[in-house]
Amino acid sequence: MSDFYPDGYNNMPSESGKYGPYGGRYVPETLMPALDDVIEAYEEFRDDATFRAEFEHLLKTYIGRPSPVTHAKRLSAHLGGAQIYLKREDLLHTGAHKINNALGQALLAKRMGKTRIIAETGAGQHGVATATACALLGLECIVYMGTVDMARQQPNVFRMQLLGAEVRGVESGSKTLKDAVNEAIRDWVTNVRDTYYIIGSALGPHPYPLICRDFQSVIGIEARAQILDQAGRLPNEVIACVGGGSNSIGMFYAFLNDPVKIFGVEAGGHGVPSGQHAVRFADVAPDALTQGRVGVFQGMRTHVLQNADGQIAETHSISAGLDYAGIGPEHAYLHDIGRVTYTNATDDEAMHAFHTLCRFEGIIPALESSHAVAEAIRRAPTLPTDAIILVNLSGRGDKDLNTVMGNLPKR
Amino acid sequence: MGLNAIDHAFAKARSEHRPALMPFWTLGYPTIETSVQIIKAIATAGADMIELGIPFSDPLADGVVVQKASQIALENGITMRKGMEIAARVRAEGVTVPLFAMGYLNPLIAYGEQGYVEDWCKAGVDGLIVPDLPPEESGELGELCAQNNMALVQFAAPTSTAARLELAANYASGFIYVVQVTGVTGARDTLAAGLREYVERVKAKAEGKPVVVGFGVSTAAHVREIGNLADGAIVASALLRASFDAADPVQVVSEHVRQLRGA
Repeated sequence: MSDFYPDGYNNMPSESGKYGPYGGRYVPETLMPALDDVIEAYEEFRDDATFRAEFEHLLKTYIGRPSPVTHAKRLSAHLGGAQIYLKREDLLHTGAHKINNALGQALLAKRMGKTRIIAETGAGQHGVATATACALLGLECIVYMGTVDMARQQPNVFRMQLLGAEVRGVESGSKTLKDAVNEAIRDWVTNVRDTYYIIGSALGPHPYPLICRDFQSVIGIEARAQILDQAGRLPNEVIACVGGGSNSIGMFYAFLNDPVKIFGVEAGGHGVPSGQHAVRFADVAPDALTQGRVGVFQGMRTHVLQNADGQIAETHSISAGLDYAGIGPEHAYLHDIGRVTYTNATDDEAMHAFHTLCRFEGIIPALESSHAVAEAIRRAPTLPTDAIILVNLSGRGDKDLNTVMGNLPKR
Repeated sequence: MGLNAIDHAFAKARSEHRPALMPFWTLGYPTIETSVQIIKAIATAGADMIELGIPFSDPLADGVVVQKASQIALENGITMRKGMEIAARVRAEGVTVPLFAMGYLNPLIAYGEQGYVEDWCKAGVDGLIVPDLPPEESGELGELCAQNNMALVQFAAPTSTAARLELAANYASGFIYVVQVTGVTGARDTLAAGLREYVERVKAKAEGKPVVVGFGVSTAAHVREIGNLADGAIVASALLRASFDAADPVQVVSEHVRQLRGA
């Protein structure tokens, strides 16, 4: 099926780390040699049989892969349209897909002889995953987290500390994910010789978007085989939420060459017209205060939410994991060539989807994943009952209970 | 103006057997009007060149002091156009030394590459510094700068390989910015160990272009020591920090630059 995209898509990224015009490496000179080292090490170990065997053994015996695909029968019947299937990344060790990438990169760092690991985290899931991988492999772990996020994700802060990580609160800027990334980059610039930076999503300078995609692509590879096995055919549509874009690219990648519609769901926050959202592909008036335009942010060229003067916008989402001004460069490319359709779900829609999945399927989803469920709830009734929608349920909602309880409708 | 003025400034300092002194100031800090007065005072106090910092919300190469100054300047309502107006005004009010505009890539892209180069040029700025634009991505901007007789500075870092130092030298005009420390900007008590060998490595690849040492350069003694190794020194955070609690920041900065220049 080469109808959707140009030949050679699978050769992305280019030598210089570009996906079309996006991606690349835009960092201070101090880090450029370090990125060269990561590229070299990754190319060496990616195809190394021993490395792969070790990683795959841990995926199976430690993380709990493969994660199952569940047919959401009651939800599908309730909506009266397409059959919804859920890829259950919520069942993995540490509760979300983040562990696939964190463990893969921690193994890479150890092979490179690095002894100190740093990471940033928004919702805390990547921080917990990295702290877990470091505990398993005996590596020092420091996690940067905005103090606003620390307040709204307190249980994850405690989890990281239990796992032996040091959580450093970030007070600069908006005190959320983007500021945690800045602070992690500043740490890396300072300690580059013995430190490896595990970026938590498919973003940042090359080769990080590539490495993260590769380690997360297990999601789509498994799901594609599972749906063929369970339903006897490919899904009509695949849906995932998109913050930085790691669970989504991991799910989408296996389906890019299939006749399958693909939807990425951004965080609509209080709605695009409010200006309080994280919709990088938003189509807004030219005089809107917050615009998603092509720029360079945290090492990559991509769509970035910013004001007219190029200052990075403060985003809003009820889910900390989607509350980010940039988007992984491969998504920017998939958006431009039209292979993936990007939609968004508001805080309210995500919250409704959260409760719906709890009540109809006995699954408490992460607020991030609830955005993908919201899109499925919107689309399923428009499709016939023999159509199939595959949703990536990227994480579980235990970490979000405080937020949800605070948002319950008042009696 | 432009590249000739930069060459001339380095030649003048060299003829006086001292490093060219390039203080840094954040446009719009502590207020827009005071920043005009401070930049003029820096020139009067004997700076050979001045680096003007364009505030950005996410300055990932900068330490806490420059971050704080940038944030306050943004709260003061500084924009790219207002920054250019400050440069034009200090030019009109008698500042003749070369000026460099230092700003991150995203605001540059938002403004438009060509307009950015041309409008900074019109404002009287002689060169550009873009800390998150590596040499291999800087071809187009370098071309635009050359067309406008402006410099585009490139960076050397302690971690740079010989091949990367060569690449930086290839694309550099004006000078090569030698990042003294493995880290972000911010005042340090001492210069990095091994600075002499490092600067020699940079100079070996520099194709005769001036090399200027910055990041962590704080005191007159540092500037004096750098004078034995390189063509110039940049002082940023130490100067901003000195002004933080000052009743009369113009006076404090002026005095500080005079001391650095006496080195």
